[in-house]
Amino acid sequence: MDKLFLVLKREFTSRVKKKSFLLTTILVPLLFPAIFGVIIYFMKKEDENIKQQIIQVLDESGKFDTKSTEKYSFVPISGDLESAKVAFTESDDYGLLYIPNFNLESPEGFTLYAKSNPNFSTINSIENKIESSIREEKLKVYEVDKEMLDKLKTNIDLTSLNISEGVEKESNAGISFGIGYVTGFLIYIFMFAYGGQVMQGVIEEKSSKIVEVIVSTVKPFQLMMGKILGVASVGLFQVVIWVVLMGTLFTVITGVLGLEMPQSAQLSEATEMAKNSPEADKVMRLIASIPFTKIILTFIFYFIGGYLLYGSLFAAVGSAVDTPSEAQQFMFPIMIPLIAGIVGMSSIINNPDGNVSFWLSIIPFTSPIAMMGRIGFGVPAWELALSMVLLILGFIGTVWLAGRIYRIGILMHGTKVNYKVLAKWFMMKN
Amino acid sequence: MEALKATNIIKRYAEHTALDNVDISIPKGSIYGLLGPNGAGKTTFIRIINQIINADEGEVRINGDLLNQDHISMIGYLPEERGLYKKMKVGEQLVYLGQLRNLPKKEAIKRSRAWCEKLGIYEWWNKKIEDLSKGMAQKIQFISTILNEPELIILDEPFSGFDPVNANLIKDEILELREKGSTIIFSTHRMESVEELCDHIALINQSKKILEGTKKEIKDSYRSNTFLVDHKGAVNGSLGSNFELLGHEILEDEMHQSIIQIKDPSLSPNDLLQNLISNTEVHSFVEKVPSINEIFISKVEGGKNG
Repeated sequence: MDKLFLVLKREFTSRVKKKSFLLTTILVPLLFPAIFGVIIYFMKKEDENIKQQIIQVLDESGKFDTKSTEKYSFVPISGDLESAKVAFTESDDYGLLYIPNFNLESPEGFTLYAKSNPNFSTINSIENKIESSIREEKLKVYEVDKEMLDKLKTNIDLTSLNISEGVEKESNAGISFGIGYVTGFLIYIFMFAYGGQVMQGVIEEKSSKIVEVIVSTVKPFQLMMGKILGVASVGLFQVVIWVVLMGTLFTVITGVLGLEMPQSAQLSEATEMAKNSPEADKVMRLIASIPFTKIILTFIFYFIGGYLLYGSLFAAVGSAVDTPSEAQQFMFPIMIPLIAGIVGMSSIINNPDGNVSFWLSIIPFTSPIAMMGRIGFGVPAWELALSMVLLILGFIGTVWLAGRIYRIGILMHGTKVNYKVLAKWFMMKN
Repeated sequence: MEALKATNIIKRYAEHTALDNVDISIPKGSIYGLLGPNGAGKTTFIRIINQIINADEGEVRINGDLLNQDHISMIGYLPEERGLYKKMKVGEQLVYLGQLRNLPKKEAIKRSRAWCEKLGIYEWWNKKIEDLSKGMAQKIQFISTILNEPELIILDEPFSGFDPVNANLIKDEILELREKGSTIIFSTHRMESVEELCDHIALINQSKKILEGTKKEIKDSYRSNTFLVDHKGAVNGSLGSNFELLGHEILEDEMHQSIIQIKDPSLSPNDLLQNLISNTEVHSFVEKVPSINEIFISKVEGGKNG
C-alpha cells in the first residue's frame, strides 16, 4: 500500500507541476467567462446602439399599417415601383417594401428590396407585420368582433407528475434533458482525456525503459493502479480548481460589466413574478424539486466507476505497445462503447424508459454515460442498483484483465502485438 | 555462507524453456560473473531474483531466507534496458527511486546529495534528466542502483551503453562497495569485459548452467601446459619429443613467436625453458592460460560434439 501511494504521489505531483497543467487549468476557466463576457459586452453595446432602421413602403393596396416598431420605422412613399427602386438605391434607408394590390383570400407578391441579404429575423418580423395587417383587414371584412375572438383563445398547461417513487413529484422534461446531456457529455470527455493520459504515461514509462527498475521494487499491478489513481486525482483536482475559478471569475466579470448574473437575475425576477403569477411559481417549484444531491452523487459514482473501467483498459493498451501510433489499432474497440453511449443519448433523452435506454444504462461500458442521461427523469431503484453493481463488477473485471496484460506487456519491447498475443499474455502465468 | 543460493530453477515460456534446472550459489562478498551468449537465460534468472517474474519450479534463498518482499530493499539492480523519467528532476528522481527501495525520504535525500557531490554532479540536482548529457544520466542511473547500499548488486550488461569513463568509474565504485561487504553479480555476454573483475563465474548456455566455480579453479582445469615464447632465431626441429610446437609465427627483425606444449607431465616449465635457451635467444616466456571466452567456446563445442 505504501508503494502504491508513492507511485500515486509521483504521478500526481509530476503532472501537477507540468507547465501544460498550469496552462490548461488557468486558461480553461479564463477562456469560458472571457468568451461569455465578450458576448455579453457586445450584446449590451448593441442594445444601447440600437437604431431604428428605415424601411420605405410602397403600398398599392393601402392596407398596410405603417405604425413603426422598435426596430423598424416604416415610411410610406408613392409613385411606381421602378422609380421607387431608383430612389431607394440612392437613399441610406435599409429596405424598400413593395406591397401590391393583393387579393385578401390569396395574398401574394410582397417583396422586400434591400442592399444586403436581410437576415432571418428581419424577414420574420416584416412577415409578421404584413400578416397582422391582413388579419386586421380580414376581421373588418368578415365583421368579426375582436373581443369575441380574444375570448375564443384558450391556453392550458399540462402538469406532468412522476409517481414512480411513491411521492408525486412534478417533473420537467426540459431541465432533466439539460442535466442529462451535460453530465453525460462531461463523463464522455473525461473518460477520453484522462484515460488518454494514463495510456500516454504507461507508454512513456515503457519507452524510456525505466519500467524494469520500477517493477523490481513494486508489483506491476501497484504501478498500474498508482498511475490510474494518480491521474484520477489530478483530474478531480483540476475540476475542483475549474469550478472555483470559473465561479469567481464569472462573478467578477459580470460585476465589472455591470450585469447581474443571468441566473440570479432570472431568479429574483422569478420570485417577484411568483407573487402574482402561477406560472413562475411553477418554475420555482420545479427547480426546487430536482434531486440535485442524487444527481451529483450519481455523477461522482459513475465518473469514478467509468474512469476505473476505461482507465485500466487504456493502461493495458499502453503497456502492449511501444509508441502512441501503435496504440491506434487497440483504441478502436475501446472507443466504440463510449461513442455508442453518447450517440444513444438522444434516444435516451427522448425515451428515458425505453428498451435502448434501459440496456445502455445497464451495460457497464455504456452505463456511465447513459445513466446520467436517464437520472434526471427518475430511474427505478432496482435498475440503478443493478447498473451500479454491474459497473463495479465491470471495473473489477477490466482492472483484473488489464493487470494481467500490463504485467507482461511492460517488459516486452519490439514485439508485434495483436489480439492473439494479448490473449497469450493474459493467460501466461507469472 | 552464500549471499544467494538458487536451486533447481525452471522457467518455461510457451515456446521454450528459459531456464532448465539451474543451480547457482553466490558466495558472500564475491564478484560473480553470470556469463553466456544472448538468449541464454541470464536476464530471466536476474528477473527472478528481482521478483519481477516467478520461477515455475525451484527456490531462491538470500542469506538463507526464501526470496520475499523484504529483500527488495537489499538489492540494487541495474537492468540491461535502463532509463529514467526524462521529465523528472535529478534530485526528485533519485529520492523517488530510493524510496521505492524502502529508504525513508530524509535518508534518501541525504544519500542522493552525498553521491551527487561525490561524482561531481550536484550542480545538476534541479535539472531535468532530458537536459543532461548521456554520460551524466548514466552516473545518475548508477547512483540510483546503489543508493540503498544494497547487499546484493545486480548489474546486467553494465559496460554496454556506458562510456569508458563511466565504465571505469563504475568499476572503481563497485570494488569499493565490495570492500564494504556487498556481493556483486555481473551478467554479460561480453566475457572478456568482466574477466578481470570476477572471482566466481557461471557459464550459462541454452538455458542450462554448463560450468560454475572460482575463476582460478576453472582456468586451472583448462590449463594445458602450453607456453607462448618470443624468441630470436628459429627452433624448428630442435625441441625433441617431449615438447610439441603447436603454432609458429614470424615477427619482425628475425623475431619468432611459438606456442609450445609440454607433452610429458613430469616435466616442468623450467625444462622447456632450458631446452629453448640452448637453441635460441628467448625474449619472453609466458604460460598460455585460456581466456574464459576460449573455455566457453571449447565447452560449448565440446558439448555439441559429445
